[in-house]
Amino acid sequence: MTAEVTSKVRGPAPAGVRGVQLHPLSRRIMHWINALAIIVMIGSGWRIYNYYPALPINFGFPLYLTLGGDFTVTEALDDEDGLANALAWHFAAMWVSVINFGAFVIVGFASGHYRRDFLPVGPRAFVSDLWAAMRFKLDHTLGEYNAVQKVLYWGVLGAILLTILSGLSIWKPVQLKELTWLFGGYEFARVVHFFGMAAIAGFLVVHVALSLLVPSTLVAMILGRVPGARHPPKGGTT
Amino acid sequence: MTRPNLERAPLVQQIERRLFLRQTLSLGALTLLTGCDISDQDGVQKVLHAMSRWNDRAQAFLFGRETLAPTFAESDVVHNFRYNAFYPVADAPQLSAADYRLELSGLIADKRPWTVEQIGALAHESQITRHVCVEGWSMIGKWSGPRLGDFLQRVGADLTAKYVGFQCADGYSGSLDMPSALHPQTIMAVKFADETLPSKFGFPFKIRVPTKLGYKNPKWVTTIFVTNRMPGGFWEDRGYNWFGGS
Repeated sequence: MTAEVTSKVRGPAPAGVRGVQLHPLSRRIMHWINALAIIVMIGSGWRIYNYYPALPINFGFPLYLTLGGDFTVTEALDDEDGLANALAWHFAAMWVSVINFGAFVIVGFASGHYRRDFLPVGPRAFVSDLWAAMRFKLDHTLGEYNAVQKVLYWGVLGAILLTILSGLSIWKPVQLKELTWLFGGYEFARVVHFFGMAAIAGFLVVHVALSLLVPSTLVAMILGRVPGARHPPKGGTT
Repeated sequence: MTRPNLERAPLVQQIERRLFLRQTLSLGALTLLTGCDISDQDGVQKVLHAMSRWNDRAQAFLFGRETLAPTFAESDVVHNFRYNAFYPVADAPQLSAADYRLELSGLIADKRPWTVEQIGALAHESQITRHVCVEGWSMIGKWSGPRLGDFLQRVGADLTAKYVGFQCADGYSGSLDMPSALHPQTIMAVKFADETLPSKFGFPFKIRVPTKLGYKNPKWVTTIFVTNRMPGGFWEDRGYNWFGGS
């Protein structure tokens, strides 16, 4: 990774580099590990949720969206309907998810990526960018983050942290009882964990939809740069 | 480990729900068009099993011998406490106080069996703690009985051994790591809510371990043994994490 590849392009740039979004290899690797870990956590978490919903409403996740194997098999073999496997996934992916997220955030802060790209962000810029985005008037420039993006990225980092901490307090309400107490006790921590997941899932829907609307961002997150992108794509919104 | 909503639902609803689940599953199979879930691959199962054993070690490391489970007020106690086993309450063992004997085996010096009366005569500990089921439900209850650690010491168990195992009248079995067995809040609960432990809750006693999930709290215990060979357990042998700590 050479210096000019990792350095951030600011303001008017030479024609040859303009619009080229740069993601260092470490960020790309951690981004995709994070994506995989979160999908496993959500898929297994949905099956776990179904066994005893944290919310007092009659709602369950469709089984085909959940992770944990064919429960008719475990039912036949063990009289066990697929919870054990979902838990095994959840508590295995937990390590990948937490360690990777920790590294992601440390590198994000230490490299100055968050400071350069996600700050400053003020309410006025957020409202005006959001209004523009809703009218499909917000242009997307690769490598530059508008206020809506900045808020969403801070939001999802916060939601993941909240989900990890509430998850720990559900897993260890005795050994980490002070943490569980902070979340309002075992029962309420489950509700927090659920809404943390919901926030992450909500982010994922927007994040994936927008990356498909502006596919060059997806290319950038895979290859690190968009080789042919001389100009910001037209009509792309975020 | 039976599900709460199934227990309370009338039979017809149970069947309807079951059919609905099966239909949903078929739909899922069609949607995925794979016919096999990655969870069911041998290699995946091996990795998940290895991670579960890793989690046993991580939890043993997190476990504090002196860390107490939170306790609650009398007013927090749930009085219509839930019956929970892998079969309906009508099939729950009804052990006779007169005929019952607690058998001891393994690394225990004095293996003479114990009667209900003898167990009840030991000094009691009371606790109001939260029972947390691996499924996610939890209930606060009050249990009393002798400390398992005191009992093990009294019968001359090898306290340096790794595991304490339990066999139960209903075919259930379970085991604890020695530090959890010796934890001050781990008791042989002979009472629930100040009354003799009802049959449906495990008469004559259940092992109450508030530092662990519900399935680590065996009921209707008929044999206690001490060993260095990992005994496993009913649900643990079916894929649930062995340590099951809270």
